[in-house]
Amino acid sequence: MSPLASMIVKRIGLGFVTLAVVSAVVFFAVYLLPGDLAEEILGQAATPETVANIRRELGLDRPPIERYVDWITGLLSGDFGRSLANGRPIAELAGMRLVNTLYLAGFAAAVSIPLSLTLGIVAALYREKLIDRSINVAALTAISLPEFFIAYILIFALTVKAGWLPSLATVSADTPLGERMFRSILPVLTLTLAVAAHVMRLTRAAIVNLLASPYIEMARLKGLKPWRVILRHALPNALAPIINVVVLNLAYLIVGVVVVEVVFAYPGLGQLMVDSVGKRDVPVVQATCLFFASTYIMLNLVADVATIAADPRLLHRR
Amino acid sequence: MADLATALRSAPPSAWFGISVSALYVFVALGAPVVAPFGETQVVGPAFAPWGGASPLGTDNLGRDMATRLIYGARNTVGIAVVTTVLAFLIGGGIGLISGTVRGWVDQVLGRIVDVMMAIPSLIFSLLLLAIFGTSVVSMITIIALIEATRIFRLARALALGIAVLDYVEAAKLRGEGLIWLITREILPNATAPLIAEFGLRFCFVFLFISALSFLGLGIQPPTADWGSMVRDNAALISYGDITPLLPAGAIALLTVAVNFVVDWLLHRSSGLKD
Repeated sequence: MSPLASMIVKRIGLGFVTLAVVSAVVFFAVYLLPGDLAEEILGQAATPETVANIRRELGLDRPPIERYVDWITGLLSGDFGRSLANGRPIAELAGMRLVNTLYLAGFAAAVSIPLSLTLGIVAALYREKLIDRSINVAALTAISLPEFFIAYILIFALTVKAGWLPSLATVSADTPLGERMFRSILPVLTLTLAVAAHVMRLTRAAIVNLLASPYIEMARLKGLKPWRVILRHALPNALAPIINVVVLNLAYLIVGVVVVEVVFAYPGLGQLMVDSVGKRDVPVVQATCLFFASTYIMLNLVADVATIAADPRLLHRR
Repeated sequence: MADLATALRSAPPSAWFGISVSALYVFVALGAPVVAPFGETQVVGPAFAPWGGASPLGTDNLGRDMATRLIYGARNTVGIAVVTTVLAFLIGGGIGLISGTVRGWVDQVLGRIVDVMMAIPSLIFSLLLLAIFGTSVVSMITIIALIEATRIFRLARALALGIAVLDYVEAAKLRGEGLIWLITREILPNATAPLIAEFGLRFCFVFLFISALSFLGLGIQPPTADWGSMVRDNAALISYGDITPLLPAGAIALLTVAVNFVVDWLLHRSSGLKD
């Protein structure tokens, strides 16, 4: 097996181990509570019968390991358990929302990644010039702002003042695609602003770092045009860190959707999770938490593998 | 002290801006009862009153004075963020320094635990724990401090690993000094510069983290005045073209930018890059 292939197999194996451990953490975290979740949820209203009921519903009366195995086998066959709040199956509650969340994150990625890569390259091309400085200041500011601040400023400017866009991104299963895209412009814009700054700054840094190397100097002395030096000579070697940061930002997008979904009342998994935390609907929170965590872990894994594939020198690190 | 004065004199404008804004926040936070025109939870008029009159910035969704709530918010939101950051540093920094100094199986075990905790995105992890332990300020502070401690652990451990192999630490070990002496007298003094810069950065993270949770209604609970929940409670006003809900959000953003400027300057100084 080639060294690259064996590395990939090793990383994927490690990823599965991480997933297994994380699923155990998500599951057994309930046992951190002194006493018992059933009593905690009921609070003042706890009577022996109600406590016993909730315990049975949560399965707390069975041995933990047995419950964990049941939970995992259930998850693998598409049975995510039932919500405590309304007794409905979690798969039914979360199914459409999962699609919505993936759609929102995907739409945001499709807008933000090309945009931030272009801005990063432009900033590197005109470094220390006015355009570079203004891109940088804008990026630094965008990084420091809480997402909900960006969201409300956008709502204020584009919905209330200009009247161009709807302030709520309420979509349902039968919303046509065009309408759905129109309604999610504001959430996508918010996510783009929150994420693009990181990618752009790292793209610029990766390229600027390389511009001091002798082979770039050579290309420049041959009389090549600046954009050609950057696109053909610097960019391929800066690919590894850039791919890394792009994938990590996808991971960030998946988590970042939580706040944005709440602001825009977008029916996604993040909103479901926040609602369920308020209601202490632990089974739903565990299921959504595991979804976000595993997406995050898988994207990190992809970032690792892609970085090394793009720059085989990294195989021989240390 | 003289060093500090020279350093301040040579600080760039951005650092000065950062320091002045942060100082203003501290002043407002400490003097909240004196500066604020009304009590924190006092109802002074109808809900959502416009700007002007006795309430310069109008009233909130329950008729409490907006300006007063903003001032008390500095005390509560910033205060809780500081407490959380300090707690995270005590836990993460302490364990990290010990782990990097003693190494061996302790370090291995702690390292793996931290790896697992860092594999789960922090907002998601905190939501899970809040669902289990219930939403209260105490559980929020503990949960965020624990999650952030994993990040500080990494840095403190790396610093201790680097310093613990230096000759003067070896000398102290051979002299027979105990672990506590080694950490507090030999390692910590040489790790302060990066740790202080990290404190600023972590504070920003924690502050935004707490604001986000409070905005989601899962952090600081009413009737405590807090910027995140103020945005949430008054967000409806935005649709009427009123910018009041943007003020607490702006207060959060301004402090984050200010602290970032100070941290930038500190990092610049400690890395030895003097313009």
